[in-house]
Amino acid sequence: MADKVLMKGNEAIAEAAIKAGCMHYFGYPITPQTEIAAYMAKRMPKIGGVFLQAESEIAAINMVYGVASTGHRVMTSSSSPGVSLKSEGLSYLAGADLPSLIVNVQRGGPGLGGIQPSQSDYYQATKGGGHGDFHMIVLAPASVQEMADLTVKGFELADKYRMTSMILADGTMGQMMEPVSLDYDIAPAPEKPWATTGTKMEREHNIVNSLFLSPEKLEQINFERFEKYKAIEENEAMYEEYMMEDAEICVCAFGIAARVAKNAINEARKQGIKVGLIRPITLWPFPSAPFKKAAAQVKEIISVELSMGQMIDDIKLASECKVPVTLCNRVGGMIPSPEQVLEAIVKANNGGAL
Amino acid sequence: MATTQFLFAGFGGQGILFSGKFLAYKGLIEDKQVSWLPSYGPEMRGGTASCSVIISDTPVGSPIVSKPDVLVAMNLPSLDKYEASVVKGGTIFVDSTLIERKVNRTDVTVHYIPATRLANENGMPTLANMIIVGKILAEMNQFNMNGVNKALSKVISARHADMLDFNLKALNIGKEN
Amino acid sequence: MVVFDKPHALTDVPMHYCPGCTHGIVHRLVAEVIDELGIEGKTIGVAPVGCSVMCYDYFNCDMIEAAHGRAPAVATGVKRAQPDSIVFTYQGDGDLASIGMAETVHSAARNENITIIFINNAIYGMTGGQMAPTSLPGQVTQTSPYGRDVNLCGYPVKVCEMLSQLDGPEYLERVAVNNVKNVKAAKKAIKKAFQNQVEGKGFSLVEVISSCPTNWGLTPKKALEWIDEKMIPYYPLGVYKDRTAKEENK
Repeated sequence: MADKVLMKGNEAIAEAAIKAGCMHYFGYPITPQTEIAAYMAKRMPKIGGVFLQAESEIAAINMVYGVASTGHRVMTSSSSPGVSLKSEGLSYLAGADLPSLIVNVQRGGPGLGGIQPSQSDYYQATKGGGHGDFHMIVLAPASVQEMADLTVKGFELADKYRMTSMILADGTMGQMMEPVSLDYDIAPAPEKPWATTGTKMEREHNIVNSLFLSPEKLEQINFERFEKYKAIEENEAMYEEYMMEDAEICVCAFGIAARVAKNAINEARKQGIKVGLIRPITLWPFPSAPFKKAAAQVKEIISVELSMGQMIDDIKLASECKVPVTLCNRVGGMIPSPEQVLEAIVKANNGGAL
Repeated sequence: MATTQFLFAGFGGQGILFSGKFLAYKGLIEDKQVSWLPSYGPEMRGGTASCSVIISDTPVGSPIVSKPDVLVAMNLPSLDKYEASVVKGGTIFVDSTLIERKVNRTDVTVHYIPATRLANENGMPTLANMIIVGKILAEMNQFNMNGVNKALSKVISARHADMLDFNLKALNIGKEN
Repeated sequence: MVVFDKPHALTDVPMHYCPGCTHGIVHRLVAEVIDELGIEGKTIGVAPVGCSVMCYDYFNCDMIEAAHGRAPAVATGVKRAQPDSIVFTYQGDGDLASIGMAETVHSAARNENITIIFINNAIYGMTGGQMAPTSLPGQVTQTSPYGRDVNLCGYPVKVCEMLSQLDGPEYLERVAVNNVKNVKAAKKAIKKAFQNQVEGKGFSLVEVISSCPTNWGLTPKKALEWIDEKMIPYYPLGVYKDRTAKEENK
């Protein structure tokens, strides 16, 4: 194994993308993800790749659309307000069934919001991200190593299913440094016979397109796309369980919130409280199976979020509302403390009283 | 050492993030679990800067240090802000050139190091941070040359190789004071 | 003996354009140029949103449908990924000069090595005749029913004049397709715009003054006359920038 190096989460994403064969990056500066662009600006020219600072997030996502049309691996990154601007492009990428990787290093919102960490783009990422019926594969790293690993995974899934993968991180994940190993065996990208690479006068012309004026045709395409989504829901959900074997209380959290929750769970265990964690790694598809199981086992599920409670809806659906699901949160760039989460755990253990 | 949580705080430009990174790298080289988390945003550009470093024998949970075992205060606002957050029995390192007041807490160990004066006197005005780090390592019995040298070579780019000796000297000054 | 044939670069499907619309002429000119330069196999076209939205069905080369106004950004991505391809966009005035103005200006400023065919017919055709950024002062449209009031909605955008102020672009020319002489000149300009890309010279844009008899409320013949009477006086034809020619003349 190669030596581990200390890297910022943002830099780990950039280097992992290059390792995954992404030679094209387009972006626009916005805190707290600008290190990705800066890293790419430094590296791409040295390896014959393309870094281009676009005139806007809208232009950047459409440059991504252009490269994706030719079948090359391509990415852009931004933070919350910038991702809103990209939502038009995300819808077109979905409509044209193009693979791409988008990174959202979230900050507080709505509007211009703030620049401190947040998870309040959960709905935006998991419930669409633009107009029309579509999904993105949403990956939620909780360490710098996962920032890198899920970037590689994101490219592979994007190619496999011809759709967008989104890394949904937050300012903490982007800015923190942890040891990371970037040893990957990258499988060659699949053939892309649909790509607009020029006919070479050897085949019919390819068309990359999301316009279908016949409603019958458009309906059929949507049906087929959702068959694909169904297969993804069945096969690609990822999660981590921590101390769930004997848990009577379940904490659910992703990203930085899961890191904080683990501290609280360790502390609660010292006090003899049987509590565990389910950490979704894919937010779409949402991992329903562990929640079905937990609903028959625990007396309460606590959703720890850096939002006003967005993932909590998916937890309620997955656990079929069989046990109470409560929210433990901070917003606006604030992060719940382990003490706050511990308090919620103690309260749940006492049946709602402190 | 099961887990040690460090909080470095001072002005932007004092090398707060750098000294944290050095300490994290030293931990990594010694097969510890480590995390480093800077404050980011407008404060990076001249205001207060801080960074959380965790060095542990077990996987690091939250990378946010809200109750430090070790606080490094390199200016008065940082001491004012974080003094109360240090755990009982923890340690505070104070740059006594820049902070005139004494620590009020009586349940923590305090080291006063005139780091900025020592740095200036030794012709390395930008390395007060590393003088304090030298002191920390000495106090924690973690000052081993192998780890120090390897960590320095990781955080100082080849382009600035001339700074290696200065940093080493600064660490030693901290160790001796 | 064949006296008139369809260019190979055009597909053999009926176009959806209205009678008297000049899109068909411009499509043919582009296709003839692709044939003559022998580049069809490596050409990738980017279609806009607007009347020519479905031009991906009419050109035989690989085609990409872009979001409204974003064709130059999409073309930038394609060209950067495949520098040996020939990449063109085909855009109307709403697409290029209104919603996509930022993409237009910045691809020009970067001297992106792409070819843009810009159809200026001073109206939104696809949505049924609303005011365009290039609608003339006083022009009656569905959204300027009392005539374009410049005090209310400002003045038309003169794209070639504006872009000619940038250091970036290689070649900017405005042509028209309302008579045989103009069509011949238009073909020459379009060919040059593609040839420039083949030679790696950079951003080349040809603005084609076109007619929209349906939404102008004129017969096809009257519409062609309206181009001479109203459009060309406001949008003078000619070369607005030709860096190579300028340097050669020095």
